[in-house]
This record gives sequence, structure tokens and C-alpha cells, in this order.
Amino acid sequence: MSGDALITIRDLGFAYDQRPILTGINMDIPRGKVVAIMGASGCGKTTLLRLIGGQLRPTRGAVRFDGQVVHELDTQGLYALRRRIGLLFQFGALFTDMSVFDNVAFQMREHTDLPEEMIRDLVLLKLNAVGLRGAHRLMPSELSGGMARRVALARAIALDPALIMYDEPFTGLDPVSLGVIGQLIRRLNDALGASSIIVTHDVHEALSLVDYVYFVSEGKIVAQGAPEEIRASEAPYVHQFVWAEPDGPVPFHYPAAPYRDQILREAVRV
Amino acid sequence: MFEHLLGSIRGLGRRVNDRIWRLGYATRFFAMTLVYSGTSFRRFFLTIREIYFTGVLSLIIILVSGLFVGMVLGLQGYDTLQRYGSSEALGILVALSLVRELGPVVSALLFASRAGSAITAEIGLMKATEQLSAMEMMAVNPVARVVAPRFWAGVISMPLLAALFSAMGIFGGYLVGVVLIGVDEGSFWSQMQASVDYREDILNGVIKSAVFGVIVSWIAVFEGYDSEPTAEGVSGATTRTVVTSSLAILAADFILTAFMFRGA
Repeated sequence: MSGDALITIRDLGFAYDQRPILTGINMDIPRGKVVAIMGASGCGKTTLLRLIGGQLRPTRGAVRFDGQVVHELDTQGLYALRRRIGLLFQFGALFTDMSVFDNVAFQMREHTDLPEEMIRDLVLLKLNAVGLRGAHRLMPSELSGGMARRVALARAIALDPALIMYDEPFTGLDPVSLGVIGQLIRRLNDALGASSIIVTHDVHEALSLVDYVYFVSEGKIVAQGAPEEIRASEAPYVHQFVWAEPDGPVPFHYPAAPYRDQILREAVRV
Repeated sequence: MFEHLLGSIRGLGRRVNDRIWRLGYATRFFAMTLVYSGTSFRRFFLTIREIYFTGVLSLIIILVSGLFVGMVLGLQGYDTLQRYGSSEALGILVALSLVRELGPVVSALLFASRAGSAITAEIGLMKATEQLSAMEMMAVNPVARVVAPRFWAGVISMPLLAALFSAMGIFGGYLVGVVLIGVDEGSFWSQMQASVDYREDILNGVIKSAVFGVIVSWIAVFEGYDSEPTAEGVSGATTRTVVTSSLAILAADFILTAFMFRGA
């Protein structure tokens, strides 16, 4: 992708101890667009989000956010950058000792000197945007999974971020909640003029709302393109993923010794 | 055989190495907690809220335990003292035992079980449910916002709880000694007043409980912050908080006593 990118990632590599998780990632996140990063579980998608947010340090390459190299920022610089990022965690990560209202107000109280009346108006505005203004007094334990995800979304957009990142936003949701979250992601992105990154393996929901898709497998980008290109793709990995085929480049079996050898070996031992 | 022995020695070395590394990490974490303590005092309501959860909610167990410990001291003390015809000294025995030793030590052990374990479990669960990560991503330092207020709440609560424990214990001793057994009330209080020294006994007891407060709170917040983000991890961390705190309290008590009460 080209044009005015909010985030540029070049030759990014990351390893836990000596085990490589990501290698040679090149990616652009343009302003105002919604980009999906897809891939099987454990392929390094969430790690990529953590590298963008500066929670992890790359072993190679760099993530540039609006021209700033994320891993070179000091703590203050990093915190200033994070105020421009909203992150929706997989299961919401709401503060369980605070009400819905206080969860959404959290960043406003921490980072601004706004009077409480204005915070109240802003929180209700954000909650209204996700359809949960009426739930502002509830505690997180009183919310369904879909509602919790929407409150977390209201919290993520509390300071009108330039970038909103979603970590598996559709996991474990019923079809109605899933549709609602999908719509909200698109609508909020366009209304705020933000850029969004969705990490997901829910292909059909993602393809219906994003502008561009990156496929990650075994720590590398194996395919990319606009949703219609992805749907039409004949690349084996993309085809298997989009059409949910049980076997293909993503193997059904976990690596193991040949079945016959294992059966015979264990039979001899018995 | 030789290989097996070598393996065992290597394993032992690795475990010792890990423990030393973890102690170093805990010390750095302690230093970090102190560095980021500004928020706990600038926005003191955060600490007040934690004082309620760690201190006020521990009151029942502290007061009831103090009462019973004092009553037992009254019974046991009277039984021993009356053999030597000095049952009037019961007040001194009860008060000195409580303010010097039992007050700080037993209340710290109870505090570790009641509040220390709760702090570890809460921070551990916040970590497991990504709340700490979310806070970091919102540009809020979790050590300043979550850890430091809980640490200082423990440090502030501990001496107050120990004082209340001792007060209740003395009242328990009075109930058994004076009301139940019939030791002379005047002797009970006047001998206590004459023999308990403010600096030597009470202040040293307060210093002890403050040190125990630092130890328990440090261990509790560290174990929670460093726990594995799983159900098993949090449960293990909670257990470690109680066991490590209890042993550390007893060891620190010996060291402090050796310095404070050298037969002066």
C-alpha cells in the first residue's frame, strides 16, 4: 500500500529468547483506513500489535508511528504516543472494580484536567456511540460479553485516538453482537477520522468491513490485498483460510512422527 | 551414576541462581514502587480507598484475635505468676508481651493472611485479565496507579492494626485477670503503667510493626505483579505471599528483637 501512512513497518523481526515469532514484516497503515491482519492462532498477530504499541521491543527493523520510531522513544515519549492509540483487548480488559462510567472516564481523569461535568458529558457521548448510555451505572460483572466489548470500545476511543487497534474483537460473540461490533468499528473509524487495525481470524466479518488485508503465517506476511482481491485469490494459504478448508498449507495435524512408526513403537513397548 | 549426580548439582545450582535472580528483581521492583509513589500521596484518595480494603476490612479478625490472645495470656500468666505470689504483675506481663512481641508479630501474620493474600490475588487477576496491560496502553503506569497505593496502604495500616491488636489484648487480659479471676484492678493498671516504657517498649513495637508492614506489602504486591497470568499462577502467588511473608516476619522479628532488647 502507498500514500500517506500513519504507521510504517519495515523489516520488522521479533523473537522470544531464540525463537523467532516475526521475521521481515513490511506493512503500511494508511490514515483513515481500516486494515485487517489475519492468520491462524499463534502466528504472531497479537505480538505485532504489542510491537506497534511499544509493549515489546523488536529484535530487528522498526515500527514508525507518524514518523517516530516507537522502540527508540523514552518512557515519556512512549506514553505520549499511547495517548494517541486506543486498544481494544480480546475480552475487553475492563477494570472490574469500576463501573462502566468510570471505566470510560478513566483516561480523561488520568490525562486531562477537565471538570467532572464535562467528563460526564463526554463519557455519555462515547457510551451513546456504542449504544450503552443506559448501562453507565452497571459494573463489568453485570455485562454480557458483547456489551463488555462495546464498553471497552467506548473506553478505547475516550481520547479520540489517531489509531484504534482491535485484538480479536469478534471472538466468542453471538451473531448479533458480532454484527454490531463490526458496524461500530467501521462507523467509529470514519466518524473520528482515525486509522484502525483489526487482528482477527474471522475472515467473512473482516472482509466485509476493512479496506485492506494482510495475511500472516509463521511470522511472515504471505498475502495482502483489498478484500475483493483476497476473495478471488487462488494462493493456497489464502484459499484455505477464506474457505475454511481443514487441511492445506495450514496442516490439520500437529507435527509428529509417522503414525505407523509411533503405533508400532508403542505396541512393542506394551 | 556420575551423570546423575552432575545433573542434580546442576539442577540445584539453577534453582539457587533463579532464587537470587528473583530476589534481585523483587528489590528492583521495590525501588520502582518507591520511585513511583508520588501518585499515592498526590491523589491520596487512591491510598485511602486501599486502606479501607486492607486495613478497615481486616479489623474484625485483628480485634477478635487480639481479644482472645489477651485472654489466654491472662489465664496462662496468672497461672504462672500466682506460683510466685506475684499475680498483681499480671498487667505488666500481658502488656509487655503484647506491645513488644505478640501485637506486632501476630497482627502481621494475620495481616499477611487476610490482606496480603487479597492484594496478591487482586493484582494477579488484574494481570491475568489484561487490566494492567490495558492501563499501560492507556499511558497510565500500573506501578504508580495500582501497586504503590496498595503498598502504602499496607504500610500505613499495619502499625495501626498492631496497636489495636495490643489494646484489645490488654482488654482481654483485664477481662480474664481482673473481672474473672479477681486480680486487684489498681495493681493491674498501675504496675502496667509504671513498667511499660514508651520508647523501649511501645515505640519499638511500633517500629517492628512498621517494618512488618513494609515486608508484607512488598511481598504481596510483588507476588501479584510477578504472577503467571493463569488461575494456577495466581493461586500459587497467593500461597507464596502467605508463606514467604510469615517466614520473613518471624526472621525479621528475631533480628529486630536482637537489636532492640539487648537486656537494657
